Amino acid sequence: MSAEVISELMREHIVKLVASGKRADGRVPEEIRPLKIRKNYIGTAEGSARVNLGNTDVLVGVKISTGEPYPDTPRSGVLTTSCELVPLASPTFESGPPSPTAIELARVVDRGIRETKTVDMEKLVITPGEKVWVVFIDIHALDYDGNLFDAASYGTLAALSCAKMPGRMTGGADKPLPVDHWPVSITAAKIRNTIVFDAALDEERIADARLTVAIDENGDVRAMQKGLSGSFSYDEVRYVISTARRLGNELRRTIQA
Amino acid sequence: MVIPGDVIETHGLKPGEGTYVEGGKVFASLLGIRSEHGGYVDVIPLTGRYIPRADDDVVGQVVDLGPSHWLVDINSPYPAPLHATESPWRVEFGETSHFMDVGDSLLARVISVDETKRVQITMRDQGLRRLTGGQIVEISYSKVPRVIGKSGSMISMIKSYTKTQAFVGQNGRIWVDGDPKDVIHAVRAVHMIDENAQAAGLTDAVEDYLAGAYGRKEG
Amino acid sequence: MIMVDVEPVEKEIQLLDANERRLDGRALDELRPIKIEAGVLRRADGSAHVEWGGNRVLAAVYGPREAHPRHLQDPARALVQCRYNMAPFSVSDRKRPGPDRRSVEISKVTSEAFSAVVFTEQFPRTSVDVFIEVLQADAGTRCAGITAAAVALADAGIPMRDLVTACASGKIAGKVALDLNKEEDNFGDADCPMAIVPRTGEIVLLQMDGHLTEDEFDQAMKLSIDATKRIYEMQKEALRRRYSTVAFDEPRAPAEVSA
Repeated sequence: MSAEVISELMREHIVKLVASGKRADGRVPEEIRPLKIRKNYIGTAEGSARVNLGNTDVLVGVKISTGEPYPDTPRSGVLTTSCELVPLASPTFESGPPSPTAIELARVVDRGIRETKTVDMEKLVITPGEKVWVVFIDIHALDYDGNLFDAASYGTLAALSCAKMPGRMTGGADKPLPVDHWPVSITAAKIRNTIVFDAALDEERIADARLTVAIDENGDVRAMQKGLSGSFSYDEVRYVISTARRLGNELRRTIQA
Repeated sequence: MVIPGDVIETHGLKPGEGTYVEGGKVFASLLGIRSEHGGYVDVIPLTGRYIPRADDDVVGQVVDLGPSHWLVDINSPYPAPLHATESPWRVEFGETSHFMDVGDSLLARVISVDETKRVQITMRDQGLRRLTGGQIVEISYSKVPRVIGKSGSMISMIKSYTKTQAFVGQNGRIWVDGDPKDVIHAVRAVHMIDENAQAAGLTDAVEDYLAGAYGRKEG
Repeated sequence: MIMVDVEPVEKEIQLLDANERRLDGRALDELRPIKIEAGVLRRADGSAHVEWGGNRVLAAVYGPREAHPRHLQDPARALVQCRYNMAPFSVSDRKRPGPDRRSVEISKVTSEAFSAVVFTEQFPRTSVDVFIEVLQADAGTRCAGITAAAVALADAGIPMRDLVTACASGKIAGKVALDLNKEEDNFGDADCPMAIVPRTGEIVLLQMDGHLTEDEFDQAMKLSIDATKRIYEMQKEALRRRYSTVAFDEPRAPAEVSA
């Protein structure tokens, strides 16, 4: 990503605004932008979802085929997550190999799926040691207006939830990809001393610190990632977790629909 | 409305901006509205980036600087150098950052644009200055005339209702300052014009919004 | 012919039935259904979305903007740099992210096609960047991409002589056919994508692979050129729809053009 010069005047304006409990787009600090999900958006993918989180637009495609397992995990399917921040989505995205941001995003989403056993790798085995299901998750940014982390995460979960393992590869019928958990990711941004949730681009650009928390359907914490060079106090972290739990419950319904 | 490649009826007028001539006929080169002015037929663009012209007032942002100049982004394909001699201050060589630094916003005027699109701007004029406080709203540059209104009537109406200070840059950037509650109303009015959901009655719609927000009608 | 995803198919494929109807029911000279929408993205200066049969293509334009890297800048004109990219999930066999040689080639010929219509002399030292993302592919993606990109360029306010419209024709089961889909492209005898400047008839992109006699080539071109007339109207209609609610009754008086 290439750097943009931030307007100091606008930085001060947003800092003052959020400190008084308001945001530039009229939201309050604990408010998420409207979330719209269209599942099965791409016919060539085995599962897909287009996510609009406010004006942020992300398309996630799931491709499933069969292949050999990794030699050291013969009883496990294969799952790989990639992210392309294509230049179409923002004047700051450059073409070329994935930037550290794209890689971090892919890895965070990947851990959110793998470590939570949202998709249980052991259920993707056809013949141990020989044939397993191979799942590719590809995140494609289309329009960047802040908070790609959450938009990509919702898109991934939605795409997995409607994905079918193609029957033609095993001589059987199409089977839905087994999704066992529903971790919802919520990202908080700290602007001076105020914490806002689902930062839009103008807020994200001036945030000092960022904390992403994924909470599952039981209210348990399943993943966390802190970014940027500022810091959070312990109380702030607890506050983010409890708010994420509350906000996540509403979002989960939209993703599961 | 015309689209690039559409034939333009000139009725004897000369081909102006947004048009081109080929094989003796005049065509549109831009997506816009056909308009006649001063003996020319032009296409006024409905979209596109701001292209600087001499005497334009602009809201700029410093993106780089050197020992005797600043480089100012004026929301156009070309950044504009501002020489120390064109600033309101007496700037010693190497001291530019004492007066304005990267990220600062300012009001400036375009002095000249040459054939290779090199732009010169100045701050040495009435009302031009470095900006502090307030906020900057970016709108489509093609909507600027509507925000200004006939002889400035629209922006005057917004300022008089909201009691804010405002500077409308021809480059699609508008600076607004005042009491935060009032600035919110002024910015909302500007956004209404930019989104331009209805063509006719826009002035009334904006006035209705402002009158509603302030519980009164201004003269 | 597109070799993006070659499926190992053993079955016999009949591209034309006894009534010269194609697999998807079309006649030989019939276009697939096309939907075009302008101004679909917020960040980009101009954008368009095209659904063309089973294709879904998104195009975005940024510019004119400073050309980077500096050494690529042209002191006399704008560069027109087009990047064609296929999303990994856009094809049956997942495609690895990143440009492959086919994408690089299509990017090049597309940049050249648009350089022929954009008034590049008006913006020295800058670049007009065009991005085509294929979200779903069903043969004819470069034609869908060019058709979308032309709308995106107009939506971005880039001065041009005209839009550019693209369409492909080919040969299936020995007969010349308009607008091949994926099966027809894979198992047909020829494919010929073409892009044209509708007003003047100038051809700014032309590629062909397969086997066509001169007569068949003429037939194929005629089919494509006729089709581009209809597609051109759809492009213009998409732009009209996008801007129809925008009035402009306070036109800014243009300053005298200097020098």
